[in-house]
Parts: sequence; structure tokens; C-alpha cells
Amino acid sequence: MNKSQLPPATTGGLLSSPRNRAIIFQCLALLAVVACAFYFTSNMFDNIEKRGITTGFSFLGETAGFGVSQSLIAYDDTTSTFLDVFIVGILNTLLVGVIGIICASVFGLLIGIGRLSSNFIVAKLSLVYIETFRNIPILLQILFWYNIVLAALPGPRQSFSYFESIFLNNRGLLLPEPIFQSGSIFILIAFVIACTAVIFLTRWAKKRHDQTGEEFPLIKVSLAILIVSPLLAYFVTGQPITAEYPALKGFNFQGGLAIIPEFLALTFALSIYTATYIAEAVRAGIEAVASGQKEAAESLGLKKHVILRKVVLPQALRVIIPPVINQYLNLVKNSSLATAIGYPEIVTLFSGTTLNQVGQAIEIIMMTMAVYLTFSIVISLLLNWVNAKMEIKGR
Amino acid sequence: MKITKIALLLGAAALVPNLASASTLEEVVKKGDISCGISTGIAGFSSTDSKGVWEGLDVDFCKSVAAAVFGDASKVKYIPLTAKERFTALQSGEIDVLSRATTWTATRDTSLGLNFAGVNYYDGQGFLVNKKIGVTSAKELSGATFCIQAGTTSELNLTDYFQANNMEYRAVTYDTSGQTINGFKSGRCDVITSDASQLYGLKLKLDDPDSAIVLPEIISKEPLGPVVRQGDDEWFNIVRWTMFATLEAEELGVSSANVDAMLKSENPSIMRLLGKSGTAGENLGLKGDWVYQIVKQVGNYGEMFDKNVGKDSPLNIDRGLNKLWNQGGLMYSMPIR
Repeated sequence: MNKSQLPPATTGGLLSSPRNRAIIFQCLALLAVVACAFYFTSNMFDNIEKRGITTGFSFLGETAGFGVSQSLIAYDDTTSTFLDVFIVGILNTLLVGVIGIICASVFGLLIGIGRLSSNFIVAKLSLVYIETFRNIPILLQILFWYNIVLAALPGPRQSFSYFESIFLNNRGLLLPEPIFQSGSIFILIAFVIACTAVIFLTRWAKKRHDQTGEEFPLIKVSLAILIVSPLLAYFVTGQPITAEYPALKGFNFQGGLAIIPEFLALTFALSIYTATYIAEAVRAGIEAVASGQKEAAESLGLKKHVILRKVVLPQALRVIIPPVINQYLNLVKNSSLATAIGYPEIVTLFSGTTLNQVGQAIEIIMMTMAVYLTFSIVISLLLNWVNAKMEIKGR
Repeated sequence: MKITKIALLLGAAALVPNLASASTLEEVVKKGDISCGISTGIAGFSSTDSKGVWEGLDVDFCKSVAAAVFGDASKVKYIPLTAKERFTALQSGEIDVLSRATTWTATRDTSLGLNFAGVNYYDGQGFLVNKKIGVTSAKELSGATFCIQAGTTSELNLTDYFQANNMEYRAVTYDTSGQTINGFKSGRCDVITSDASQLYGLKLKLDDPDSAIVLPEIISKEPLGPVVRQGDDEWFNIVRWTMFATLEAEELGVSSANVDAMLKSENPSIMRLLGKSGTAGENLGLKGDWVYQIVKQVGNYGEMFDKNVGKDSPLNIDRGLNKLWNQGGLMYSMPIR
């Protein structure tokens, strides 16, 4: 190439360097996107105003005036505002999400391991379970469990009763509600101390194992500490926790903790469905661990459960975590299907009932989307952090 | 070159709102049918028969508007909507008129950019309970669990009523009336509360309709009527006067059976109604025979009522407040002259 073929630096100016061009074009693209977004939003608000539709977020302060079947914060039909409804919805979604994720993880792990079991029946049962529940749409499963739950359970007056304190009927599962009196703080303190003790014990046990190779019965001892010390505190302080028992009055049970059937059906359906995917991720993860690792551990004479816990799972987790993040996100998002059975989560309560009572679709849908976006980002950040911890550390 | 294209695109997009501001009547005529928002299934108001054809009082209203605009009652596209979806569908232009047992309230009329064209059914909220629980009055319902449809005025009235009477209740809210009745059937709730007219329809869906009763208390006013978007007076007038025309026809004794004979009537009111004199139709932007087409193809208000919810229907609801004004009811057409 001779020099005259290159563009002369003086005539090309700013645009001659590819880097400058790239920056300029990206800026232009960004400007176009922003201009488009601005144009569409202002056009939208113009149209809304022309049609006389109220806009803004002032509706959040107005009294909601409708009943909600489950709320984790104090909610009163006659005084609570739409903002309270928003919070109730978020908390109810979170409740299903957290409990669903825990159940699905435990279930998925067990089934995933069961799928690889050398026991023929366990392996085949796990396979049947996975193939059945993975291939039926989740909405159908939610409706199925809800209708099964409702059809199978008796009315309040004929409820199943256990020890005269736990009742099960088609209004839900009723449990005694603990009432904390003064002095119960000591039990909490005892529990915190027990937890700290367990953490130190774990460190000590690991250190000892590293140095001497001796195993310490860590799980048994920790469990004992965790149970015994709060129990001791409970009796020493004079049994400060009492319980309010549910009792049948009029149409319904009053008092106690009530878990509504919508919650039971939704959480159950979501856990069972998501567990199938987690189980497959677990199976893939375990199969990804080179069989030489297992054989080596076996040749050392380690017991089967020790191999699984200390050799296979830590390596498998690196493969398992990324797909499991997606399943957690799916579970939280799928909880919005609750609208089919009337469980009061954010979509049912806020972008459903509230939207219809105040009619401000744009604000309400945007707020609901923001909630799910936040949930999803937090879950992926958390699990990405865990994943980073699990990665092989290069030295 | 790309930038020129982008600029052109943006310019074209800026023109769009001007193109979209045609009137509803023009758009409807261009489309060739009326998009009418109805319920997903309320017996007597809008539900499908065994062949899947929509029928009911609200459906007949859609047909009346089509008859007035096109001279053909079949030029309607039915859009089934849940209570939650109905206002957004109308605001966004998905439907031209909402005819879906919708209560006229101040909030809805003033803050949603909507206009209520009138009242075609005077209703009130009631309670449907299982006879087994042995309740004869709403005052005995303290502590009961209610199945309600989400986003309705029933939800709000229930709170008001129980607070006013110092009683407690629990609510289970469902999306559709089908889910609501299923909840009641399976015993999730003791009571269904909704507009009384709908309760009679829901009762018929029970396995044993005689096992439930509608309590005597009516706890609210529920004036139900068709709704249109605010800001299009021409269309608003057409919908409102279609409703009046069906009332006026009943008042003057003009029915689908005798409307052809009535064309020869010497009664000046009937002549004006059927377009033999006066310019009522032309003033609305319609043909002079608009009322003739409504009555001939769909019927007058009394016929629609009897056929869908009244004495000739399985619901057999008493006309009560929905009688004409000169028979002790509230139905009153502004004079067509």
C-alpha cells in the first residue's frame, strides 16, 4: 500500500479515525432513541390529557375501600390507602416468592439427586415426576391444585382438627398464633448467641479437620445448641410465649394464624413446577463432575453422603447456579398467575383491582413493572454474587 | 443516508396523531361494524347461547346502535371484557361503545375520560347465600366470607355497608364471574355479592338453584348503562338517542311486530319517531329511518327486557324500577322531536 491511498489527515478531520466515528454514531443512535422515547411519552400524555383522563400519582393517597384476603401489614378496608394496597401486594408476592424458592430448591435438589440414584424405583419415580409436572402449563396446575384443595377440604364447621389447635378447612389452614410477652426478648437473645456459637464451632471444626483429619459431628451438635439454648431461656424466663388458638365463632374461625387456600395452592403449584427445572439443573450439574473425582473419593474410603456433600456438590454448584437463577426469576414472575385464583399479590391487587377502581392504567402498570424489575435484578445480583464465590479461584 | 431515513421516519411519526383524530362515526363507517365491549358472560345481559351466539340486554343494545348507524343490526363485533379490562379497552379505542352492566359513578364519569350515555337498567347490589347457613337477612352476615368480582363497585359498597352496620366481613376477590360462582360452589365463601340482576343469573348456574336464596336487602344504587369515550359529542349523541329511541318506541306502542303497520300511523309522535316527519335522524348524522331499523330488527325496550331478563326469560326478573315512567318506573325518554 502506498501512502497516497490513505485518506489525508487534514481533509478527513474529525471523522477520519474509526474510533471517533464509532463514538459519534453511538451518540447519534442514543440521541435518536431518547428523542423517540420523549416523543412517544409526550404524545401519550397529550392524548391522555385531551381525553380528560386524570394522570399523576395522587391516587396513591386516596382510601382504597375494598377488602383484601391476606395482608402482612395492618390493613383496614375503610382507612387504608392505595399505597397500602401497593405494599400489601408487594409483600404478598414476596411471601410466595421466598417460600416458593425455598420449597422448590429443596425439592429440586432431592429429586435431581434421586434422578441419578442407583435405586431403580427412585430414579424412575423422579423421572416420571419431572416429565409430568414440567410438561403441563403452570396455569393449569395452579387451577388444578386450587380446585383440588377446595374440593377436598370440608367447610369450617366440619374442619379437620388436630390437637384442638390446628384446623384445616376450605377457608385455609388455621394455626395457633404466638403471642410474645415481655421477657420473650431473652429467648431471641439466646437464639442469637446460639447462632454465633455455631458459627465459631464450624470454624473450629474445619480448622481441626484441616490439621488432624478428625471428623467432628458438627450437624448434630449445632442442632442441639440451636434447640436447647432458646428452650432453656424459655423455661428460665417463665414461659413468656403464649398462643392464641383459633376458635369457631359464627361463620368462621376467629383468632390464630390463617393461611388462605389461595396461598397454599399457589405456593404448592409454583414449587412443584419450578422444582422440575431445578432438578434437571442439579442432575446436569452432578453429571458434569468428572467421574474420576467420585472414583478417587471412593478409593479413599469416603462414605457416599460425604462424597456427595464434599466432593460432588461443590463442583456441581458451578454448573447448577446459572440456570437456577433463571428458575428463581421465573417463579417470582409466574406468581402473577395468582390472578386466576384470587390470591392477593401485586398483579391481582394493584394492576387489577386498583387499576379498575382508579383507571390510571399507565402509572399503575409502570409501577407494577418496576416492582418485578426490581425483584428480578435483586435476585440475579444476589445469585451472581454467590456464583462468583463458587467459581474456581485461580492462583 | 441512514440519518435522513431516521429523520423521515420521525417526521412521519409526528403526523400520526393528526391522522388518528377522525371521529368515531367516520371510523365505524369505514370499518363496517361497531366494536362493542360486553361481559365475558352474565346471564341475561351478555352470554352465549348453545350455538355460541351472543345474546342479552347489553348485546341487544349493541345491535340497536348498529341498526341505527348501518340499518343492519348484525354489523357488530363483540369484544368480551372482564370488569378489570373494560375501561382501558374503551379509553384506548379498542371498542367504540361499552355495553357491559357498568355502574354510572361520579369517579368513572369524571376521571376516566368517559361519558355515560344513560341508564338502561336500574339495579342494586344484593346478596346470594346458601340456604343451609340459615340466614334470612343481610344484617346476620357479620363474620361471613364473600366472593366478589375484582374492580367492581360491589367491592366498595360492601365495605361501606359493613362499616355502617358495625359488622365484619372477609373478601375473596376473583377476576371473572365464572370464578366467583365456582368459589361459592366449592364453599370458599358463604355469600356472593353483586348486582341483584346478576345474582339471579348466577343462581341458575348452581347445581341446585333452589339451594340458594337472594336476600331481600339491596344495599346500593347501581344504574347500569352504555359508556363512550369523552370528547366525541356526535358519537355520544348517537348512543344516547339510540337508547332513548327504544324507550320512546315502547311508550308509543311501536314494537317489532307492528312497526311496519305503524309507518302508516297518523300520530305525529310516531311519525317523527319513524322518520316520516322531522329530521331527528339527519341531525344525528344518520338516515331518517334509524328508529324503524332499531325497532324492526331488535325491538323496543320492553321487548328486549322481557326477552332477555324479564317474564319471557329463565331469569324472570320483575321489571320494578325499569318500568316506563308512566307505569311507575324510572325509564323516561327525552322527547324525540
